Amino acid sequence: MDEQTIFNKMIDILRLYTKDPSLLDKATKDTHILNDLKVNSARLVDVIIKCEDTFGVTVEDDEADKIGTIGDAVSIIKTKLG
Amino acid sequence: MGASQETILQILHSVPQQYPFRFIDEILELDEEHIVGAYRFRVDEYFYQGHFPGQPITPGVILIETMAQTGVVAFGLYLHMKRMTPPLEKANGLTTLFTVAEGVEFTGIVHPGERVIIRGEKIYFRMGNLKSKVSMERENGETVSFGILSGRGVPAGKL
Repeated sequence: MDEQTIFNKMIDILRLYTKDPSLLDKATKDTHILNDLKVNSARLVDVIIKCEDTFGVTVEDDEADKIGTIGDAVSIIKTKLG
Repeated sequence: MGASQETILQILHSVPQQYPFRFIDEILELDEEHIVGAYRFRVDEYFYQGHFPGQPITPGVILIETMAQTGVVAFGLYLHMKRMTPPLEKANGLTTLFTVAEGVEFTGIVHPGERVIIRGEKIYFRMGNLKSKVSMERENGETVSFGILSGRGVPAGKL
């Protein structure tokens, strides 16, 4: 799966947890999930679990702790998908 | 395997909420997948005076808090304790923040003096966050509230 496809799927996932979905219209890989998209930090686990289901990968908690931006998530998922 | 009686007492001791905002008396069952607790609403709870004058019933927000103290706080402290390597002898030192309440419904009224049973089933416990499917029922088994509650433990003094 190429990076752009992973990115687009991430945007779809984040749409479920972003209070203002219009913020996703201008989102880039540098967009911070908590700070820029205003996702509740408690929802980050839900985002990770949704990613695991969507991409068929397992993200360990210490890897998830390192995810700040959309690009961070895309990078981890791309590495896992090989 | 379920928690020992000694562990259950440690967890009850570690729940940070205290009178007049403590709504957990007992833990009846506890393992890594579920918890069952109980609380009897005292007839002189402070909120009955105003909710409602002459017609006291337990506020819905207190029912949510009661479900959270068993299904998220006590359960979460236990899961934190189990994850520690080696396991902490006590779960003291953590306080708990309520983070999300989803799909909470009330299907009955709880009167002063009633004892309620709270059941919590783990949905996930990850990155220090517990998400739990929680319900409250009367002693006769009638459900009075249910929902999905989440919370996380933070070191005391970091609030």
